[in-house]
Amino acid sequence: MTGMNSPHQTNRITGTHVKGGGRVDRSRPVSFTFDGTSFSGFEGDTLASALLANDVHLIGRSFKYHRPRGLLGLGSEEPNALIQLARGNRTEPNTRATQIELFDGLVAQSQNRWPCLKFDVGAVNQLFHKLFPAGFYYKTFMWPASFWMAYEHVIRHAAGLGKAPEGPDPDRYERMHAHCDILVAGGGPSGLAAALAAARTGARVILADESTEFGGSLLSEDDVEIDGLPAADWVAQVVAELRSMPEVTLLTRSTVNGYYDHNYLTIAERVTDHIGAVVPNVPRQRIWKVRAKRVVLATGTIERPLVFRDNDRPGVMLSSAVRGYAVRYGVLAGQRPLIVTSNDDGYRTALAMHDRGARIACIVDLRTEPDGALVDAARSRGIEIHAGHSLVGSLGRGRVQGAEIARMTGDGTGLNGAVRRVDCDLIAMAGGFNPTVHLFSQSRGKLTWDPERFIFVPGTNHEPQVSVGGCNGDFTVAQAIKDGLQKGVEMAREAGFTGRKPAAPEVSEPKSTAERTLWLLPSTRPVGHKGKHFVDFQNDVTAADLKLATREGYRSIEHVKRYTTTGMATDQGKTSNVNALAIVSETLGVDVTQVGTTTFRPPYTPTTIGAYGGRDIGALFDPVRTTAMDGWHRENGATFEHVGQWMRAWYYPKKGETLRQAVDRECLAARTGVGLLDASTLGKIDVHGPDAAEFLNRIYSNAWLKLGIGRCRYGLMLKDDGMVMDDGVTTRIAEDRFHMTTTTGGAAGVLAWMEEHLQTEWPELKVHLTSVTEQWAVASIVGPKSRDVLAKLNDLDLSNDAFPFMSMREGTVAGIPARVYRISFTGDLAFEVNVPRRYGRALWEAVMAAGAEFDITPYGTEAMHVLRAERGFIIVGQDTDGSVTPSDLGMDWIVSKTKPDFIGKRGMARPDLQDPHRKQLVGLLTEDPNEVLPEGAHVVADLKPQPPMVMLGHVTSSYYSPNVGRSIALAVIKGGHGRHGQTLSVPLVGRSLKVTVCEPVFFDKDGSRKDG
Amino acid sequence: MQQIPCPWCGPRDDWEFHYGAEAHVARPETPSDKSDEDWMGYLYLRSNTKGPFRERWMHAAGCRRWFNVIRNTVSHEVFAVYKIGETPPPLPGEAPAAPDTTER
Ligand SMILES: [Zn+2]
Repeated sequence: MTGMNSPHQTNRITGTHVKGGGRVDRSRPVSFTFDGTSFSGFEGDTLASALLANDVHLIGRSFKYHRPRGLLGLGSEEPNALIQLARGNRTEPNTRATQIELFDGLVAQSQNRWPCLKFDVGAVNQLFHKLFPAGFYYKTFMWPASFWMAYEHVIRHAAGLGKAPEGPDPDRYERMHAHCDILVAGGGPSGLAAALAAARTGARVILADESTEFGGSLLSEDDVEIDGLPAADWVAQVVAELRSMPEVTLLTRSTVNGYYDHNYLTIAERVTDHIGAVVPNVPRQRIWKVRAKRVVLATGTIERPLVFRDNDRPGVMLSSAVRGYAVRYGVLAGQRPLIVTSNDDGYRTALAMHDRGARIACIVDLRTEPDGALVDAARSRGIEIHAGHSLVGSLGRGRVQGAEIARMTGDGTGLNGAVRRVDCDLIAMAGGFNPTVHLFSQSRGKLTWDPERFIFVPGTNHEPQVSVGGCNGDFTVAQAIKDGLQKGVEMAREAGFTGRKPAAPEVSEPKSTAERTLWLLPSTRPVGHKGKHFVDFQNDVTAADLKLATREGYRSIEHVKRYTTTGMATDQGKTSNVNALAIVSETLGVDVTQVGTTTFRPPYTPTTIGAYGGRDIGALFDPVRTTAMDGWHRENGATFEHVGQWMRAWYYPKKGETLRQAVDRECLAARTGVGLLDASTLGKIDVHGPDAAEFLNRIYSNAWLKLGIGRCRYGLMLKDDGMVMDDGVTTRIAEDRFHMTTTTGGAAGVLAWMEEHLQTEWPELKVHLTSVTEQWAVASIVGPKSRDVLAKLNDLDLSNDAFPFMSMREGTVAGIPARVYRISFTGDLAFEVNVPRRYGRALWEAVMAAGAEFDITPYGTEAMHVLRAERGFIIVGQDTDGSVTPSDLGMDWIVSKTKPDFIGKRGMARPDLQDPHRKQLVGLLTEDPNEVLPEGAHVVADLKPQPPMVMLGHVTSSYYSPNVGRSIALAVIKGGHGRHGQTLSVPLVGRSLKVTVCEPVFFDKDGSRKDG
Repeated sequence: MQQIPCPWCGPRDDWEFHYGAEAHVARPETPSDKSDEDWMGYLYLRSNTKGPFRERWMHAAGCRRWFNVIRNTVSHEVFAVYKIGETPPPLPGEAPAAPDTTER
């Protein structure tokens, strides 16, 4: 089918008709393809208006039954005409043809069809429609699970909306933050009026409209004059004045799509989608995040479809949309339209079509005695009117070719006359208008049901806002403008401005008389027998589905909605919700308010994930922290791992080495010679003030008051429930100053925790806390030869007597001012050299050079983990999980018995924490010394062939230790301290291992190696 | 997104803040005097009020100060903010209370 050229735009109104123009630019033809066929339209067209101009009505296949579908609406309410836009890997599914602006070279594809739109294999779903009743998915899940698995494949293939793009999104998206006095959502008559009135007071106003240009419904009417001007000219005047005001921001192609707490709203702006090309330095879309003092909702109305048999045939459209295509785009959606209406508004469509050269098949009026100016105008043009008639059903294959009509009984529930066939190529349905209350509802406003007019209108608002015009139930232009001006000024006053309400303009528009609401048009057969009465077009939910749900006992609309999926498609039921609600309440014989209302949630229209992500993608998704030595690690072939936000060197493989070989080599070097670790990521906090020691005494479980200046101490930090929270070595730098270290991942949390206690529990303590993690670069020189290396760079006396274990000396290392800490995370002799960050790499290179003669070996986090586990040093967060006490870890030695109080002391005293059967830290040794247990594996005493088994605990750390010459593991096991020597089992997939419980120290058990 | 009025910096978006749950739950002066039951109450039991509620917030991405807010947990309306140590203003519809010296 590709390459075919369609004839010229047969449905475009030609110049012979006075009112033919529309707002498209006929001097600028545009070509595009739809499903491979080339068509032409004009600049200013949407894809929808251009397809209609070319008499293309079949645009998609429906979700469940794959029924042929055409355009229903004019704007964002469109449920059927969902398009896959293709621009290379810029493909985007589920875009509404009514909102796609035509550009030269646009490539559009229909969705949900295979192999092509006109012949679709999935349409056999229609033949098996009894397989897809209401609640289909729920009922299917009731079957045996294996049955579902088999069906799921077929169903997932058959049902669905469009295809997700396969590659990464190549486009750029932006975010904009804005504050304003008044945000006006919607630029129709009421929104323009409100914006104008507010802006004239000097208030900062943002006016946003989802369409290409401002004007809303006024752009689709040819029978409205404002102050003697055609409505569109009045719009142009107002927009020009607004544009001249510096405090006003005008946003078109911008959908206010979310309304959140405290007048926080989001606007999705389509910046370049309509251009069809990538514009350099301009984002494709932009999300505005707006905090407004006051909000004016002017979101207008959406017309209600009428529910009759086969009301989904291509060529069945909303009456206001048919009129919009004619007036705004100069396109006759049909040459021989039939109008079925519950009100006078349908007559406006008949007149607009008639006056542009269409031959009106007839008007089917649900009312028994229509009268008034509009009815008279139709009669005077000789248009046939069938009052008190029902539209029994549509006829045609793939496109409306006719309709059946018949007189109704007085109550409108049945037929009272012969069925007649009427030839037509379009059915325009006018079922009345629903206020678009989505944003009001999103902002937690309470909706009120107007039982006279059968509409939901805004009731009590939750946010400082006001609704005006159509969305407030005011359906005349005169009232919308008057109200907009009034409320615009009121909102500006509430936002602190003063000003008068501008005088309301004189509006001339057709007068409307009463309407007659019928939720389900009577047909020749009961609903559900031959033919379908669609309520939700996008999710393929029919009146019969709703009635089935009520027969099965559903009473609340929230349940009916989930059971039938009505209103749950991407359009959130814009055209279906009220019809569904009314049909359910009518079937149940109760008031609409008893069935409930549904709640609308953001976004109002589907919004690309890219727009929400903005620039927070790739490297900007989350900051990566690197140390001062990062460049050296990279240049020297390190592999890396993420530790929180940090990127840390994991190990340094030599050519051809595996992970295991490299780590074994690094571990051996750190115990037999000298190793070098980049320890810069450790959290570091400067604790300063006269009460610093007292503060530490309360925060740590051990004693701190008497720590000498220049001495270091290991500390365990608990929470008040007695559980271990963090650990680290803290050093007294001066009488009133300590240098605290924390775990790499815990640094921010520990700082916040200490700040909280200083501010809220102990405000009398004079202590300042400052994070200095980034200020110090740390190279840890580790192993028996570390002293020899450091001696070459430093003239300090490094002897054990002059510089004992757990002390700090200040001096220079390689000429760099440094603090050297004699602390060790391996158990061997070690010196942690801290220098200002900017000297980090210089220090590292100097140490590597000085250590060359000792074959100094840089090692990464993997070897660090193995080395500490050999000595049984815990890692908080790996060997603990927030439910482990010091005593569970066998660390009672660090808990002060004499301090009257510290954080965690009272918590530890609870009797359940004294239970000897709690999970306790132990070592595990496998039978086979080369078998390394998986971390997380469960440990059991009573091994069974398969689960369930009574679990005693789990493996927290597990490695191969080259220094011990076998595998080692740490685990938390119930009653573990009393199980040393016991043999337990570790069940794995397909096998199990025997392990012996031991003390959690595997190397240097007497701790004698720390002095070298 | 809610707007929280920091008493030091002014109104800011709620993502800048850390929520600190119920206010005026003071750590007992002498925890060792407390029964296990009382201690459990201090650790775990909070009133979880529906409606106007005195709660703590911390301006994590700003001044990093803790402060108190009276906020309706249902409607999210903010009635008052006050600094740590200040006398709590009355809840909406409540008579002003005498300063409670045991709470901060
Ligand atoms: Zn602040």
